[in-house]
Amino acid sequence: MLDWRELWAYRELLWVLTTRDIRVRYKQTVLGASWAILRPFLTMVIFSVVFGQLAKMPSDGLPYPIFVYAGLLPWTFFAAAISSSGGSLVGSSHLVSKVYFPRLIIPLSSVGSGLVDLMISTGILLLMMVYYGVGWSLNLLAAPLLLLFVLFTALGVGTLLSALTVAYRDFTHVTPFLVQIWMYITPVIFPVSLVPEKWQWLLYLNPMTGLVEAFRSAFLGKPFDLTGIGTSFAIAMALFIVGVAYFEKVERRFADII
Amino acid sequence: MTQPAIKVEGLWKEYVVGRAQQAHGTFYDLLANTMKAPFQRLRNLGGKTDEVDRFWALQDINFEIQPGEVVGVVGSNGAGKSTLLKILSRITSPTKGRVEVRGRLASLLEVGIGFHPELTGRENIFLNATILGMRREEIAQKFDEIVEFSGVEHFLDTPVKRYSSGMYVRLAFSVSAFVEADILLIDEVLAVGDRDFQKKCLGMMGDVARGGKSVLFVSHNLTALRNICSKGLLLNNGHLNHVGNIDDVIHKYSSSRTESSELSIHLIEDSTSRIARVVRVEIIPQNMDSGKSIYISSPFRIDVLIEVQDSESDVGVYLHCHDSEQNRVFSTGSFFNPILCGMNLKKGFHKLQCNVPGHLLNDGQYSLDVILLKDRHEILVSESSLIGFYVHDESLGVEGWNWRANGVIRPRLEWTTEYIAQPLAIPSI
Repeated sequence: MLDWRELWAYRELLWVLTTRDIRVRYKQTVLGASWAILRPFLTMVIFSVVFGQLAKMPSDGLPYPIFVYAGLLPWTFFAAAISSSGGSLVGSSHLVSKVYFPRLIIPLSSVGSGLVDLMISTGILLLMMVYYGVGWSLNLLAAPLLLLFVLFTALGVGTLLSALTVAYRDFTHVTPFLVQIWMYITPVIFPVSLVPEKWQWLLYLNPMTGLVEAFRSAFLGKPFDLTGIGTSFAIAMALFIVGVAYFEKVERRFADII
Repeated sequence: MTQPAIKVEGLWKEYVVGRAQQAHGTFYDLLANTMKAPFQRLRNLGGKTDEVDRFWALQDINFEIQPGEVVGVVGSNGAGKSTLLKILSRITSPTKGRVEVRGRLASLLEVGIGFHPELTGRENIFLNATILGMRREEIAQKFDEIVEFSGVEHFLDTPVKRYSSGMYVRLAFSVSAFVEADILLIDEVLAVGDRDFQKKCLGMMGDVARGGKSVLFVSHNLTALRNICSKGLLLNNGHLNHVGNIDDVIHKYSSSRTESSELSIHLIEDSTSRIARVVRVEIIPQNMDSGKSIYISSPFRIDVLIEVQDSESDVGVYLHCHDSEQNRVFSTGSFFNPILCGMNLKKGFHKLQCNVPGHLLNDGQYSLDVILLKDRHEILVSESSLIGFYVHDESLGVEGWNWRANGVIRPRLEWTTEYIAQPLAIPSI
């Protein structure tokens, strides 16, 4: 299975590739790194107008902007991570066919490069909490755990998609579509409570549901729904194991078929 | 006895080509094939097997490389040289067989791997060196040397997309030149840059070779191989034909290429550059009887068909002619003709012809290196021993003389005689 020791030996490469992606992302843009602030913020504004004001979407008694923004945090990270890691191996074919290193480094660095944006948008959330007078609660202490949770979820799906894309280029079309559909089955713009109670468990089979809900609980002080979050977490872990195992299985053939 | 640095035992590598790969190209096909699989298996039981095009890139390769040995890998295009390096560097895995590597291995299959155009020279040095397996401290330690060797000090903080192609290549090579490893695998890295920089690179590779590292070096540049390597491996169609002294290996390789007595060669891949490529090289005897063989008295023509891919460039052909002992018999360039010198060739195909007079070469085997030059100094393409030909002896028709006239060349020189009545009138020396 996975050779953790080798992966550890290549940690510098992981670091260098991750920072490369981050550095390159905003090169030669006028607004530079402020895009990392603007993008989630503008999305939040648009969603608040369309779904909060016009569609009158319920938001568990919280102001809609902060409700939707707390959900957008893990969702945006996840969506960006799986889109970029999905095509990451194919995009790095010149590396894969010319030099050896554990291939897992490539999707890992794609996922990792989104972390900076996640940190920046979390900072904005903390400011919004002050603005809307949503008190900082002890629930915030769960935030580091949630970070691990969202990382593993993105890594599992990301590695799986990246390996599948090498063998079947169909996945370059599947991935964007998947991201779109996935958003509708994740309670980002709507609360879980919108779904009849007896069907809510179905929603939690999607690991992103547990994550989004857990983020709202941690930042907005709602009580944690441990059964729901636990279910999502178990499924995320299973996805991670399947993703990495499949990746390792086909890794040896990458250079020949890429 | 010391342990070998590289030990290869019974190595086979198979590639699946053509139909089989196409059949699994899309996810839909995979699903379709999975559905069909049980039926297919049933049919296979009945003795019918599914046809799959397989191709053995390497077959039963065995060799050892001792620490500190510098080994040249020789073989024509498609002989399996690159596949061998890819397996040794773990980029791809062997189908059968074992590879043991002792020590830290770095593979330089291309210069500037991972270079990102948006990043600065400085950032790219760190990026590229890390990809090649160097640690942060090692890079920091060698940083100044790398920069000095590349000669791009002033542009270190400029994105490499603003570099000229020459600067880019020099920086890329320089990182490779300072890689820290016990074993180096090098593939054609030298075929970059202008001639001065190539010379510098060759010198560098020589230093590396003398520095006690084990090196496996794939190149078409036979002169470089001869200068740098002590031992050679000769690959031919996936088989290891010969292992031994580099001179023997090169000799075997050159004669195997000329023995095929082909007078024209088509190049399909390799030898490509973005500016121009060699499409075909032909040797056309200009005998009276228009036979296929070249005799000492036959003039012949060397036709080099090139394709210029850049709209207007000053591309010229340069030829080296070697005899079977690898002595260089002559070198000539299309731009030696003042009319062709500095002439921009337009996009498309051009045939450059060189007329070689009869009564120039002695009988024997010869091979030609074909080099494409831009502006008379930048090497675009360099192909060693690209084509071989044989000059046949012919009777001089002299009664009582049955011997060969020795020498590298056999010019027909004019002899005259003059009757001298009074020898004493000639001042003695």
